[in-house]
Amino acid sequence: MRFLASHPGEIALLLGQHLLLTLAALAIACAIAFPLGLLVARHARAGTVVLGALNVVYTIPSLALYALLIPLFGLGFETALVALVAYAQMILVRNVAAGLRSVPPATVDAARGLGLSPTQALLRVELPQALPVILGGVRIATVALIAMASLGAQIDAGGLGVLIFYGLQHNDPERVVVGSLGCALLAVGAETLLRAVERNAARRVTG
Amino acid sequence: MRYEGGDRAAVDGVTLEVPAGALAVLLGPSGSGKSTLLRTVNRLVPMSAGAVFLGGRSVLDEDVVQVRRRIGYVIQAVGLFPHLTVAQNIAIVPQLLGWERARIDARTDELLGLVRLEPARYRNRLPRQLSGGEAQRVGVARALAAQPPLLLMDEPFGAVDPIVRQELGEELLRIHRALGTTILFVTHDVDEALRLADRIVVLRDGKVEQDDTPLRTLAHPATRYVEDLLGGRDVIRRLGLLRARDAMRTAPPERPSAETRIDGRETLRDALNALLVGSDTLAVYDGDAELGTLTFEDIRRAISAAAA
Repeated sequence: MRFLASHPGEIALLLGQHLLLTLAALAIACAIAFPLGLLVARHARAGTVVLGALNVVYTIPSLALYALLIPLFGLGFETALVALVAYAQMILVRNVAAGLRSVPPATVDAARGLGLSPTQALLRVELPQALPVILGGVRIATVALIAMASLGAQIDAGGLGVLIFYGLQHNDPERVVVGSLGCALLAVGAETLLRAVERNAARRVTG
Repeated sequence: MRYEGGDRAAVDGVTLEVPAGALAVLLGPSGSGKSTLLRTVNRLVPMSAGAVFLGGRSVLDEDVVQVRRRIGYVIQAVGLFPHLTVAQNIAIVPQLLGWERARIDARTDELLGLVRLEPARYRNRLPRQLSGGEAQRVGVARALAAQPPLLLMDEPFGAVDPIVRQELGEELLRIHRALGTTILFVTHDVDEALRLADRIVVLRDGKVEQDDTPLRTLAHPATRYVEDLLGGRDVIRRLGLLRARDAMRTAPPERPSAETRIDGRETLRDALNALLVGSDTLAVYDGDAELGTLTFEDIRRAISAAAA
């Protein structure tokens, strides 16, 4: 692993890009997915339309999705960001809606009857109970986005994918291995961390 | 008032006045509109027409959330918030009302004591660590937290076994006597209604069939429907509503009196039981003091007096 020792700066930069792309996309995606998930959970008909549209986006292969966005946003980080945000919606919205729907109607009835406003009932009663399912969506989306971000190198968005594709083109197996292992470790790390968070939330609600 | 939820009104033309401090039971089979009627009071069900007045003020004139905070609400499924401890569940309304921390803590312990759950043992438990009966006690404590003048209870003891159900009923009567809270209680269980109510409102298809005391509802059913529902011809049932001390003869005629004793607060149903298995005369006591005697003849007399 001479490459690892001789290029720590480059690797750190690419890792940083990879993390930034994934986390920025995740944050934006969550901000959009929460209201959408709420809409899907509350209104059956609107929900069908929203989920149908998101499913179309989700079905498009990641590389094709990038390619489709190039005419609109050009090459680079922003394009990759848009693609990642769009891709994560399906997973996040579905889980937000499923989480909210899983809340027993009796607790919501009790909350309203005791005098919690709709917003208070949502924040204090419904969301905490829906949290494990929502966090499950965040975990799955994060892992999927880490994978998708590694393809970002194809449209000049940087990330650890750069090492993989550069290595493949220049017959440099060390770069390929470092890039691939980096992506894999990132995904496994995120999965482990978020699963622990999710389990902690679930223990509070269901035991 | 009137509420139209489907093709026929669930509640139609109901006029009801419940005096402050009463424990009124809305009794009827499922589909009779009793839950709907109850839920119009805290506006969980919007009325199509009509009004509900609470202490002289229409609940429609006030912000719906504020109205609900002044009305306790207990439902069959309990609906405790699973992610909050017992104390946090009870504290929810006081918290919304902006009470200080110390006041909330004191009130929580006071309420746990009221529903006979030892605060130190139960305060920090989660709802899933409670039995069905314990959960409903917490449900009642939560509903009473902000000292509401009115408590709405929608089949609150419907999901617990008969023994616990009876026990919770007795606890409710004790709490009702202690606090004087007006209670509107929905049930389809006739015996539960007779045990708890000082007024029974019998509902059928969204209309009031009879609104009367338990004894009068039993002895003088207004309609055939009420008679069938309550089994008014069942004299034993009526005995359950009469107290031994109200039917006894004072000034015991002979001494020493009968060997079989009965507490004056026991019902004539209990007294009849005691007479059937024991002596022909019962001694009625209040604590250690003998109040009088009771025989089969006294019970028969009490029954015909009550029916008149």
